[in-house]
Amino acid sequence: METASTNYHKTDVAIIGAGPVGLFAVFELGLLDMKAHLIDILDKPGGQCAELYPEKPIYDIPAWPVISGHDLTEKLLEQIKPFHPHFHFGQMAESLEKTDDGWKLTTDTGTVIEAKVIVIAAGGGSFVPKKPAIANIDQYENISVFYAVRKMEQFRGKDIVIAGGGDSALDWTLNLQPLAKSLTLVHRRDDFRAAPDSVLKMRALAAEGAINLVIADIKGLKGDAPHLSGLQLHSREKGDFEIACNTLLPFYGLTMKLGPIANFGLNLHENLVPVDTEKFETSTTGIFAIGDINHYPGKLKLILSGFHESALMAQKAFNYVYPDKKLRFQYTTASSDLHKKLGV
Amino acid sequence: MKIHVTDFDGKEHTLEALEGWRVMEIIRDHGLPIKAECGGCLACATCHVYVAPEWQNKLVPPSLDETDMLDMAVDVKDNSRLSCQLIMNAELDGLRVTLAPAG
Repeated sequence: METASTNYHKTDVAIIGAGPVGLFAVFELGLLDMKAHLIDILDKPGGQCAELYPEKPIYDIPAWPVISGHDLTEKLLEQIKPFHPHFHFGQMAESLEKTDDGWKLTTDTGTVIEAKVIVIAAGGGSFVPKKPAIANIDQYENISVFYAVRKMEQFRGKDIVIAGGGDSALDWTLNLQPLAKSLTLVHRRDDFRAAPDSVLKMRALAAEGAINLVIADIKGLKGDAPHLSGLQLHSREKGDFEIACNTLLPFYGLTMKLGPIANFGLNLHENLVPVDTEKFETSTTGIFAIGDINHYPGKLKLILSGFHESALMAQKAFNYVYPDKKLRFQYTTASSDLHKKLGV
Repeated sequence: MKIHVTDFDGKEHTLEALEGWRVMEIIRDHGLPIKAECGGCLACATCHVYVAPEWQNKLVPPSLDETDMLDMAVDVKDNSRLSCQLIMNAELDGLRVTLAPAG
């Protein structure tokens, strides 16, 4: 797998989303001699298959009576390997501008991809951290409230509260404890779904007084926004009470939101991108949408629908990438030309 | 069979329910805004609902996996459930739930 390192790239097709449908699009485009770059906010390929249900069996992939999300991703990566896709992980497609012969796509980390065609294969949108339902929390974000740790050093000497009971909450409790001035783990119950080893280590730190473990719900934030001074908590035993802190790190997992795609100037239908069913192109020429993100009469949100859509998309994308060439339809079983591309 | 679902604006919707369907599927099928991102495989906690107090004891108690997955929901209360784990049957006719924030 090639992970691109420099910041500016020129390619045929930029695919937003490296889930199963984005990955298979690489194959269909590759058969027609089109190169692709993929952008994904996750740090790995597979989309929902990798993030939500890597171990869960899927039963409706043609010719695979049962396959896990992880294995499906691995098989797709194997299938598209001959086409050398470039991946840009941990990034969100942020803005899109028209150029003379295509599009300029910029990500939130500053990667710029110029492409003749844009394919939106963004599924349910970007995976972003869930936000707790606490009033005014957005006013504290990025100064006192963080949903991810990018640089640990930023948290040295802080009075930190970590909220949650999963692996992220426990991992960061263990990692930030040595740096923090004080660290309190707040969770709604005295049971943790995180890895047992992490839970044991956390409990040992709590027993020796190196961290505070508080079983309670977070009800409110204190302090003049954006500067946090404490939390209002509630528990069945103690009722309402407060603790002091200047940093809050909530870890409740990820959820999908459409994000900046909403600002790309495309027509939208309830957070989905309407397309035609001949080539799966959006209201904007040269921008396609395939997989769960698109909408058309009769749409079914199935992986296999996305595979079909990517094949038809590629036929039309060819016209934009090679305006002077005539497309010749060929089968992988018979075409020596395709065999050469596939390296078989 | 019917269920009553209160949305984020406080409006109650009465939905036709079918035996054997997950409450999440009924809510989704009627087009109410429930994310249910993982489609019911207990992997995302985005079909979180609050069950009306009078119904809490009539439901099959949550499994260990459901209780664990509720850690990934936001604003969890004593009457929180994941609606993908509530399977409709005649005894649940009239069930009353409120959609919870998805985060």
